[in-house]
Amino acid sequence: MFSGFMVDTWLAGILVALLAGAVGFFVVLRGSTFVAHALPNGSFAGAAGAALLGVSTFVGLAVFAVLGALSIAGLGRRGRHDAVTALVLVLMLALGALFIVLGAQYAPAVDALLFGELLGVSAAQLGPTVVITAVCLLALVLLYRPLLLSTVLPDSAQARGVGAGVVELCFLLVVALATAMTVPVVGTLLVFSLMVGAPAAARAVCDRPGRALALSIAIALTAVSAAIAGSYETDYPVGFFVGTVSAGCYVLGRLVGTRRRRVDHGAAEPAAA
Amino acid sequence: MTATGALVASGFFSSPAVGTALVIGAAVALVSGPLGVFTVIRGQSFAGEALGDIGMSGGSGAYLAGVGPLWGFLVAGVAAAALMELLGVQRRRGRDLATGVVLGSGLGLAALFLYLNSTEHGADVTMTVLFGSLFTVDRSTLPLVLVLALLVLLALGAIARPLLLASTSPELAAARGVPVALVGAAYLVALSLSVALCAITIGSILSTALLVGPAAASLRLARRPGRAMAVAAALGVAATWLGVLLAYDSYDWPPHHRGWPVSFFVVALVLVEYMLCGLIGGRRRAPHPAPDTAPPAALGG
Repeated sequence: MFSGFMVDTWLAGILVALLAGAVGFFVVLRGSTFVAHALPNGSFAGAAGAALLGVSTFVGLAVFAVLGALSIAGLGRRGRHDAVTALVLVLMLALGALFIVLGAQYAPAVDALLFGELLGVSAAQLGPTVVITAVCLLALVLLYRPLLLSTVLPDSAQARGVGAGVVELCFLLVVALATAMTVPVVGTLLVFSLMVGAPAAARAVCDRPGRALALSIAIALTAVSAAIAGSYETDYPVGFFVGTVSAGCYVLGRLVGTRRRRVDHGAAEPAAA
Repeated sequence: MTATGALVASGFFSSPAVGTALVIGAAVALVSGPLGVFTVIRGQSFAGEALGDIGMSGGSGAYLAGVGPLWGFLVAGVAAAALMELLGVQRRRGRDLATGVVLGSGLGLAALFLYLNSTEHGADVTMTVLFGSLFTVDRSTLPLVLVLALLVLLALGAIARPLLLASTSPELAAARGVPVALVGAAYLVALSLSVALCAITIGSILSTALLVGPAAASLRLARRPGRAMAVAAALGVAATWLGVLLAYDSYDWPPHHRGWPVSFFVVALVLVEYMLCGLIGGRRRAPHPAPDTAPPAALGG
């Protein structure tokens, strides 16, 4: 399980989990769940189109994810998604279907794209994956304070000269890049589970941002490693394990969080996610 | 005659598959349009989308169990709606998260079922469940589709007034004695049924387009809810019928004459309608430079 080609998979999986856990923390904090769902949708068309044109899948993913991010930033008002955003992204999915039919691609490739593949990252792609992870993590470090501030206290951030629009756009681009590199491993549909499940579980357990962020990354790492191991053993798609483990962690986190809050405050207040 | 000949490929009106497709498409659009108006007003597009995606697990599970996919869409949709309600989808705060978590686990299941399907029955199931095809819908599901459509319409008719009040101003509705939570739950069930119908028409992950698209378009034209619902139904029917026509024509199109997906045409047409309605609505409102009077909830949140 840890030999030969699987080394690349493990490395890619760890990078993906690191990034998804960190980016996801802000996704959940800002309530941009919809974005984390929509961007992978858009990137699906990119991957299918790239296969049609014979370009690298990775390039297709990145181009369409960034396009999706820009269109969300342009169409959504003040970070709120509206119906048109949903429509544009559903159209991208439909375009993906069209590209698949036009390219007469064989279906296992489609399954791999949607639900992830154990060997989704080849040795040649590992380099770009490392670079993108580094860039995104650096961007998150730089954005950490302005993001927190503009999320928690939008007015105060505005007063201090933190441009909400710029921060939002940078954040969307980070999500887009993270999407592009996560898709080959866990699949377009399950990127979302990883980006939302892990941080949501972390947030249910602890309140401090720093600690929740660390916990979110830890949970994402657990989910991805469990998924890779499970998929290796059973041959089931990676996405299945990512989805179920992430959701399981959330349920567990909520139970623990509710219980702890009851003990702490002696109040029967349910944990608001 | 030549004009229709250029537009409609021969055999369109005599093909039984086309007939079934047109009837199902119309029935589904007539239901999802009016229901979608409430989805947009309540800002629950994401919930609608999630229900569709979760339907994927039901649809693929149905293939595994050997029953019609519509049953799978139905069961998964209603179960997911109940779970979301339980986790708190009705609260404005945190409801996207509740939706998201249910959606995530549903997608995981779908991944497993589709994988099992592809090892057992070959790989076409994935494309059918995800992206649908009106032409391949079995004629025997027609009665079920019609009954469900009628059921949802009746239910919507019964709860329309309290639902509208509860959607626009929950406080006022509560003060007037409307059981806001109950109405919301009933609406969620109707939504899941309607999404199942959309899923059989244009595929589970595209179902949002038919649910939210015509409704959002109609709300840019019509201000009154009743009129908006009628316009949404009409727009939906137009998009599905024209989509079926174009898809039928596309069997003569390049690159390899196998036809383009119906769902692609329907989704693209819905988006075009949305843009056109924006242009018309914008021009009509232009003489009055009033601030945007759209219901704030329509932006979602």
